Amino acid sequence: MAKKTALVQGNEACAHGAVYAGCKFFAGYPITPSTEVAEVLAAELPKVGGSFIQMEDEIGAMAAILGGSLTGAKALTATSGPGVSLKQELIGYACIAEIPCVIVNVMRGGPSTGMPTGPGQSDVMQARWGTHGDHAAIAVAPESIQEIFTETVRAFNLAEKYRMPVQILFDEIVGHMRERIEYPEPGELEVIDRAKPDVSPEDYKPYDSSKGDIPPLASFGSEYRFHVTGLNKAADGFPTTKPDLVDAEERRQIRKVEANRKDIEKNEEYMTEDAEVLIFAFGSTSRSARYAVNELRKEGIKAGLFRPITLWPFPEERIAALGKQVKGMVVAEMNLGQMIYEVERVTKGSCKLEGAFRVDGEPITPAQIMEKVKEVN
Amino acid sequence: MAYDYEKSIRPGKLPHIWCPGCGHGIVMKGLIRAMDTCGLDKNNTAIVSGIGCASRLPGYMDCCTLHTAHGRAAAFAAGVKMAKPEMNVLIVGGDGDGVAIGGNHFIHACRRNMDMTYVVLNNNIYGMTGGQFSPTTPTGANASTTPYGNPDPTFDISKLAIGAGATFVARTTAFHATQIDKLIAEGIKHKGMSVIEVLDDCPTCFGRRNKFRSVVDMMKRLKEVAVPVQAAAKMPAEKLEGKILTGVLFKEERPEYCAEYAKIIEKAKGANA
Ligand SMILES: Cc1ncc(C[n+]2csc(CCOP(=O)(O)OP(=O)(O)O)c2C)c(N)n1
Ligand code: SF4
Repeated sequence: MAKKTALVQGNEACAHGAVYAGCKFFAGYPITPSTEVAEVLAAELPKVGGSFIQMEDEIGAMAAILGGSLTGAKALTATSGPGVSLKQELIGYACIAEIPCVIVNVMRGGPSTGMPTGPGQSDVMQARWGTHGDHAAIAVAPESIQEIFTETVRAFNLAEKYRMPVQILFDEIVGHMRERIEYPEPGELEVIDRAKPDVSPEDYKPYDSSKGDIPPLASFGSEYRFHVTGLNKAADGFPTTKPDLVDAEERRQIRKVEANRKDIEKNEEYMTEDAEVLIFAFGSTSRSARYAVNELRKEGIKAGLFRPITLWPFPEERIAALGKQVKGMVVAEMNLGQMIYEVERVTKGSCKLEGAFRVDGEPITPAQIMEKVKEVN
Repeated sequence: MAYDYEKSIRPGKLPHIWCPGCGHGIVMKGLIRAMDTCGLDKNNTAIVSGIGCASRLPGYMDCCTLHTAHGRAAAFAAGVKMAKPEMNVLIVGGDGDGVAIGGNHFIHACRRNMDMTYVVLNNNIYGMTGGQFSPTTPTGANASTTPYGNPDPTFDISKLAIGAGATFVARTTAFHATQIDKLIAEGIKHKGMSVIEVLDDCPTCFGRRNKFRSVVDMMKRLKEVAVPVQAAAKMPAEKLEGKILTGVLFKEERPEYCAEYAKIIEKAKGANA
């Protein structure tokens, strides 16, 4: 049977990906360029017995999905620039209380209201360090409509598996662009549900890591009664200030990601095998970068593209290796230089490094990237 | 026989953190009795709070408890209720938590009319952070951030709840301990958003700075300012000056949010079939 195909927007693909992943609860607040995610889910979720609520602001929306997730529902919110800034405190809450949830950030320019209808990629560091305190982060950055669908499903899987917030970052260009999508059949993509406790309600401790770094999460409204707080807590979920317990818990939460990089990281490499110069680009910018690689190759320049699909955790090992292989790297991003700091940190000066940046609301062109590549070749 | 509170309290979680003379414990006991009256199933009951001394209450209760971030309790609670409407959802928190930083969530929770019960422990001060003024600190009163007396006008939390659309609003005080559970129980039984404001005392941060020599003095004030609504109806305006009305202040029937949303689900499923 031929697969169901459609011509859809990135934001719509994201909403359908969420439903495929088993999302049952969405809370949001309208903001351009992410609103279509909410609009589609307002129609789709009740069809599958899920629910949608438009909250009074983005803080409320973030709070609501955390409350919803604690009842066992897979939960999503979607927003852009100013809305993500508002959510930061509660993204930290999701980290420390270890509540699975997915946050879509359709990136526009900034700071502040910036350019609501223009694309940007300037929230990438915010996705890593936006909330206060030490914490791990997972963020994915799809480049196409099809990939928005599959990465949305993967984001839910990672959130449920690692019991933490996962951010999906794409920019206004992919968010609003229409492309053909081939909807995967049910069962075609892996869908992961959070682990449930295998001990009796009396013995259940929501942060008991004796059997592994990711303790199973019971649901509110089941026979498991437990306490959730944003304070540093012990295995039983109750606040503690005991230095050894606080330290162990903080480290475990970071280890959840650090020790599982292989499972979480996903990258695409294009013509990197014999590359002498490398373009590092993600999201819609990687589309220009791929074009640039093809053009450069025609000119005899051995260019390649590295595209992180998982932005966080940062693909340290592979970038360090590529840094030793190539003469130079160009980081292309729609901001004034953010991921380039990570590339610089990891390559440690092993190759020349340049940035192709842009913040005027226009996409980065292949020509702009090619010019920079020639500087480091 | 003495009432057995311990059956509702999590084993090993007492003593509580509250200061001697703090009214929060009186309200917690009232809440326990009310939950008992209503026969709430612990497994199916969520108690959600924000941050503050009052917001520490859920930690002691043997239910599904959620101690969230400052001001956000009502929004977390809305998520719990929407995702699992069959759960009983109770919200507790202080005046600062509920109507300063959480004011927006508070009014919208009232407007939506989800079947939840919000108990506001109004001690007219930010207790946990050491006594800064809150939106209910009386004008002219002393707080740590009002060295020349409080210049701010105040909120009447019950009126705010009524204005915002809560469908059951009641008020009492920590002095009127036996009324607390009755009003909370009525609120829980009411189908829709109920707000029970309990005027409470913070001897440590409010009493000390405002010439209350003892907790007894603070309790006396609560006793004196309270006038039951029925009695007030027969009193001349000048006698009501400075008084605070207690009892059920407002009650109406209005469609409950989750019940309405259930209809949307049926409609959407029908359209899909
Ligand atoms: C975002 C944020 N801002 C400020 C605080 C600091 N803070 C903690 S409790 C509190 C006030 C609590 O007062 P109230 O809600 O009236 O409760 P009480 O302590 O009097 O019971 C404040 C301001 C915080 N925890 N989070
Ligand atoms: S500081 Fe005030 S509100 Fe906090 S526990 Fe002490 S008396 Fe109660």
